[in-house]
Amino acid sequence: MSEETLYIQHFHAGAASLAYYQEKMQGYQAFPKAFAMGQAKVIDEVKVSALRGRGGAGFPTGMKWGFIPQASPKPKVLVCNADESEPGTFKDRELLRYTPHLLIEGMLIGAYAIGARSCYIYVRGEYVAEARILEQALKEAYAAGLLGEKVCGLDFACDITVHRGAGAYICGEETALLNSLEGKRGEPRVKPPFPAQSGAFGCPTIVNNVETLTAVPFIISRGGAWFASLGRIEKSGGTRLISVSGDVKKPGVIEIHAGSMTIRQIIFDACGGILGDRPLKAVIPGGSSAPVLTADEIDVIYDIEPLAKIGTMMGSAALIVVSDAHCMVKLIARITKFYAHESCGQCTPCREGCRWMEDVLERIEHGHGRVQDLGLLTDIADQIQGKTLCALGDAAAGPVMSFVKKFRADFEAHIRGGKCPNAS
Amino acid sequence: MSKLLDQSVRDELEALASRYPKRAALLLPALHAAQKQSGWLSPEVLDEIAEWIGLHPAVVRQVASFYTMYYLKPVGTHVLRLCTNVSCSLRGADRLIAFCEKRLGIRRGETSLDGKVTLMEEECLGACGTAPALMLGDRYVESLDEAVLEKLFVELGL
Ligand SMILES: Cc1cc2nc3c(=O)[nH]c(=O)nc-3n(C[C@H](O)[C@H](O)[C@H](O)COP(=O)(O)O)c2cc1C
Ligand code: SF4
Repeated sequence: MSEETLYIQHFHAGAASLAYYQEKMQGYQAFPKAFAMGQAKVIDEVKVSALRGRGGAGFPTGMKWGFIPQASPKPKVLVCNADESEPGTFKDRELLRYTPHLLIEGMLIGAYAIGARSCYIYVRGEYVAEARILEQALKEAYAAGLLGEKVCGLDFACDITVHRGAGAYICGEETALLNSLEGKRGEPRVKPPFPAQSGAFGCPTIVNNVETLTAVPFIISRGGAWFASLGRIEKSGGTRLISVSGDVKKPGVIEIHAGSMTIRQIIFDACGGILGDRPLKAVIPGGSSAPVLTADEIDVIYDIEPLAKIGTMMGSAALIVVSDAHCMVKLIARITKFYAHESCGQCTPCREGCRWMEDVLERIEHGHGRVQDLGLLTDIADQIQGKTLCALGDAAAGPVMSFVKKFRADFEAHIRGGKCPNAS
Repeated sequence: MSKLLDQSVRDELEALASRYPKRAALLLPALHAAQKQSGWLSPEVLDEIAEWIGLHPAVVRQVASFYTMYYLKPVGTHVLRLCTNVSCSLRGADRLIAFCEKRLGIRRGETSLDGKVTLMEEECLGACGTAPALMLGDRYVESLDEAVLEKLFVELGL
């Protein structure tokens, strides 16, 4: 991988300081350039860049910014989603730790483009060290006149505040996040209205993922067309940070040009292959919310559209690799337990359905399953899918459906044998 | 009214107030600060926060009980939260939590009788590349195995 990378060479202690950012990354030169371009041109440039949201849904960022009603008399708000709780995902943690100023400059440009003065970074509660690094970087930026009343001496005022979450996966969902920011329970809101109309404190709001915002200074400095050209696949610009975990020899965050590698290449070329050289059993390609893939489905290009085409998703770009050393029933039982635990409880199908699926999966795992349980599982999943307020319901149902469909024999072996076939 | 929250903490929170259009947004920061000060959130401190922000005490409880990081009951001096979600369990977290239970003589969710340690099973901590991982208070401990855990227990005098 000799191709140019944007981030990963800066993932080391020492990169977090303002001095490093200014000396090594042309820090805080993109903002004045954006200011000179004007709001509309900045949004256009981001549209041209084919930057798609890195938080999970892959929504085109420039288009999202364009939804802000500029004529509205209400103040606009920009929120960075640093809740990073999708199981398997840990890329934003690296960005927060090592490139906080890149995020701050990305937010400044975003805030300018949508006309926001107030910005918040919602950091998951567990990232205490990362929140501290951000606070330190903000302090440096305020002291250097890069935030506050006159950003970079220009006629633009901007404040960024770190707001810590407190342990709730659902607060990664943008409207739950906004409630949590307002000091409420992290329960998703009914949409519409969408945040761009009425978000934080009733104001027009944009919520963007950490990685999405850190791409923005690059787009402004080097141009949207250049950023788009980094992507090796249509409609997907830039590079992607991928969190690889599970049974690989070299887990960690890797950076690739969007659409430039297959899952097989990522596992075997970039991550050293399977732990213990065992056979590959399955891959969960986009965080635990993504439907599972079998070992013979991995010659797919790892990007948004190719994965959607085969019935799964890239999600937060978290690739979880599973070797044949593991029991698939146990795995989906654990995943489902997570969703049952994290369901906020507002929607009956999600609240009750996740519990049911958890119970049924647990009894199959422990050898007490019945033949009709597999039908029951898909029925429950079907009752959840598309019938809930937020996407957590789908995130719980999709994986269950896919595990039962693709690893049916494993479930049946548990039911027939009265125990896990791998158990001694 | 006696003040459970230190004045310095109140001052810091008041300074933050100008960043939010509504005072209620101070609730999460206030709960964090109070817990940092006392280790958990007592009913008395919840009432004090409610009065200080201007919220109904029931609202403060509704919110505090929604988030797993707020402890509404006392916890041990050391709180160990071990992740057993997908990536950590692929790397042996189940075995490790059983090891912790045996070594500490408590089950997950419990606090030792001497009040020294609480063990919790945790959801994904965002440390999947260095799994299995745990949090000891505010600190991450990663790439765990029995030896790393044992060393940690000795360091903590457990
Ligand atoms: C249950 C759930 C959890 C989510 N968790 C996160 C998260 O931790 N981080 C994140 O950036 N987006 C998360 N999202 C997606 C956000 O709702 C939102 O789409 C995203 O922050 C938008 O930013 P982007 O357009 O830059 O991707 C989650 C969505 C759902 C439904
Ligand atoms: S789908 Fe689940 S998590 Fe989402 S709002 Fe409904 S109950 Fe809450």
